[in-house]
Amino acid sequence: MKDPNPTYISTTNACKLCKPLGACLAFRGVEGAVPFLHGSQGCATYMRRYIISHFREPMDIASSSLGEKQAVYGGGPNLKQGLSNVMKKYEPRFIGVATTCLTETIGDDVPGIIREFRQDARGEEPAPAEIVTVATPSYSGTHMEGFHAAVRALVEHLAESGEPTEAINLLPGLVSPADIRYLKEIVEDFGLPGIILPDFSETLDGPAQLDYEKIPAGGTPVAAIKTMGRSKATLEFGQTLFGQETAGTWLESRFGVPRRSLGMPIGLRETDRFFGVLKEISGRARPFRHAAERGRLLDAYVDGHKYLFGQRAVVYGEEDLVVGLAAFLSEIGVRPVLCASGGMSGRFQEAITEMTGGLLPEPPVVLAGADFYEIAAAAEGLVPDLVIGHSKGYKMARSLQVPLIRVGFPIHDRFGGQRVLHLGYRGAQSLLDRMVNAIIERKQETSKVGYGYI
Amino acid sequence: MEPAILKERQKQIHRKGEAPFALECNTESLAGAVSQRACVFCGSRVVLYPIADALHLVHGPIGCAAYTWDIRGALSSGPELHRLSFCTDLQEMDVIFGGENKLYKALTELIDRHQPRAAFVYSTCIVGIIGDDLYSVCKKVSQERGIPVLPVQSEGFKGNKRAGYHAACRAMFQLVGTGDISGISPHSVNILGDFNLAGEIWVIREYLSRMGVEVVANITGDGRVADLQRAHGAALNLVQCSGSTIDLAVMMEEVFGIPHLRVSYFGVEDMAESLYAVARFFKDPEMMDRTRDLVREEIAILMPQLREYRQALTGKKAAIYVGGAFKAFSLVKAFRLLGMQVVLVGSQTGTKEDYQELHDITDEGTIIVDDSNPLELSSFLKEKDVDIFVGGVKERPIAYKLGVGFCDHNHERKECLEGFVGMLNFAREVYNTVMSPVWRFMPRRSGAGEKGV
Repeated sequence: MKDPNPTYISTTNACKLCKPLGACLAFRGVEGAVPFLHGSQGCATYMRRYIISHFREPMDIASSSLGEKQAVYGGGPNLKQGLSNVMKKYEPRFIGVATTCLTETIGDDVPGIIREFRQDARGEEPAPAEIVTVATPSYSGTHMEGFHAAVRALVEHLAESGEPTEAINLLPGLVSPADIRYLKEIVEDFGLPGIILPDFSETLDGPAQLDYEKIPAGGTPVAAIKTMGRSKATLEFGQTLFGQETAGTWLESRFGVPRRSLGMPIGLRETDRFFGVLKEISGRARPFRHAAERGRLLDAYVDGHKYLFGQRAVVYGEEDLVVGLAAFLSEIGVRPVLCASGGMSGRFQEAITEMTGGLLPEPPVVLAGADFYEIAAAAEGLVPDLVIGHSKGYKMARSLQVPLIRVGFPIHDRFGGQRVLHLGYRGAQSLLDRMVNAIIERKQETSKVGYGYI
Repeated sequence: MEPAILKERQKQIHRKGEAPFALECNTESLAGAVSQRACVFCGSRVVLYPIADALHLVHGPIGCAAYTWDIRGALSSGPELHRLSFCTDLQEMDVIFGGENKLYKALTELIDRHQPRAAFVYSTCIVGIIGDDLYSVCKKVSQERGIPVLPVQSEGFKGNKRAGYHAACRAMFQLVGTGDISGISPHSVNILGDFNLAGEIWVIREYLSRMGVEVVANITGDGRVADLQRAHGAALNLVQCSGSTIDLAVMMEEVFGIPHLRVSYFGVEDMAESLYAVARFFKDPEMMDRTRDLVREEIAILMPQLREYRQALTGKKAAIYVGGAFKAFSLVKAFRLLGMQVVLVGSQTGTKEDYQELHDITDEGTIIVDDSNPLELSSFLKEKDVDIFVGGVKERPIAYKLGVGFCDHNHERKECLEGFVGMLNFAREVYNTVMSPVWRFMPRRSGAGEKGV
């Protein structure tokens, strides 16, 4: 991928993370899984720290810990030893192996090494864990490409054909544990058996336990992934995935599972579209409690509209999250004046235009493949009232002296990042409340009067 | 043998009193063991990061730069260039055709934009494989832009974190000896191995100033390039954090004849002893008097405030797992001062000598461990039924999931824990977590049997 208009050669304060991190997050959403990085020890440790700081949960990522010798002679023996040690210690049901820039560049044939490993382990008790590999060289694509590649690798390796089932596959992309729990609830309320992949709603937001769990409970069972080729339909979130080979397109082309491509259901319209598809597939009307939530959300749109109208927002983060947020903002009267991402799917601009068209007085400035140096420079001229995105934009928000509404990943400077709700009527309600309150708070705090009644 | 411990790992674990002391260390991490260690790059980045008026450019794909962006509490009293994350963000084409051209352009672009006093260029795994010639690019840019541009050989896979410390020291040593040293007091020191987390180096500098000692260079907390360049004018190097900067002290001793003292600013005993050692070195009776006064004054303020904490904490048990072992020595003593017992102590990068010393100062039955991992640590915490675990962000969820208190003693922390004032903050940190009422509701403590119920 090439940045079509590289403004600068250097990158300052990136608005993206590396590809293997996305793969590790996706693998954490498989039941009984240990994510495994084939590379040097540092990658695993850095990503663990980064992920733990957001979720405040254990995040064990194993590593083949390559040293200089292995970098020269090949990392195969270390990979095998590492897998065998993980199996001994963690007794996982699943190991997701992602490569790194080191092992991609030295040219390790990871699928081949795994085949050998399986042959060596044949007949051993207990049976070795299921292993899925994905190539995630960090010099090609961001953490989101790594995330989607891992999800695709999971279904490619595991899904099987057979008798059709009544289930639907739901591929939500990178959303919060709270979002995933809510999605489960929605699908259940439509009476549909749903397979959400990945599902880290429990593994990355677990309860206090009696004991330290080697592998946290929860996650999409491997057995369920195996049946995904037989499901009734696949719902895949992410408008910038258009034209790419994804888990959804593979299930469609390989097993004929119809794929319904949807935007991230953020705000009223995209959530309505999501519910519309569920209604169509299940043949049921929108369940009452969701209809009630929708009604309350509309009511809040009205109650909050005067605080929000004309507010100018800078939005950044993963492309599909930003597209979803822009759709939402434009329907509540907030003007997303700048939409930016470190991603470079090539579909970002188009998706933003599509989602905000007809609702904005002028289209937002869209920056793809951007870092925070460029985002902050563009933001300054646009005089925003609000900044919406993850923690790494705090420096910019602070210098602009406007509130930062924290969404997405990572949230390293607030508590509860794993429980931020973005999706559906409920997520829109929560975002709306937070946004209106941020505006009120700012007005209150910058006022000389000190109103106690606003 | 506990199921949590792999056979290959057993030589890196010792239980004091069970056998004659022996512990393997400074080895490569075992594949698949989920080591808490990072890599060579991490070692270099950690040491050089606080040099605030230098440009720190990571040559590689985005991850290494992204994960080290402004994560530490290393404060600067002036420029804050170190808080920005610069990267060449290598792409596939760069990997195929080489990244030297991109590095050259990125470097000159950033130097022109920020006008730093020097630039450090960190090499990452991939650069070591594709073979970019960092040295010639750095040399060229240095000549063109007229500032030192220093390659840091920190390819992640070329050893462990200690190798990264060494690479950082070699890069810094290029600066030492190039500045003007006129006017430096004969009673002068460099502070090595303090990173000014939460302003700690300012506390130490204030003590030294009260003693009448001039500080030439902070290495590297609140560090400046020009200070490093005249660091050879100091009479003595004070080396904290045994692993990270000792190589620089040794190089300075060999080339410039500057002796060094090992010190620690954590805990009352080690803090006081470090100051006395400085005074003894300068053989100035008046300085010794001033030091005695200083220690007396500080302790007189501190001890009454500690009393309440000590009362509450006496008899509680602590576990320690930190990056460098020196911190563990001081922590063992600091916990003793609070009436607490250390039952587990380990580090990522300790040496044979470090572990011997830990063995000597700990009580019978204490577990001593090198390069541990979450499953081992969680099994030790349970076995010893500790009240608090001291570590970094990666150790925190291990403690919390087990219903155990936690104190962050790593580079991300925002609390000043050095000096006499730091001992008070430390006691408060320990108290705040150990005494919290939340533990009594946790499954392990409340006897509420069922998992998660």
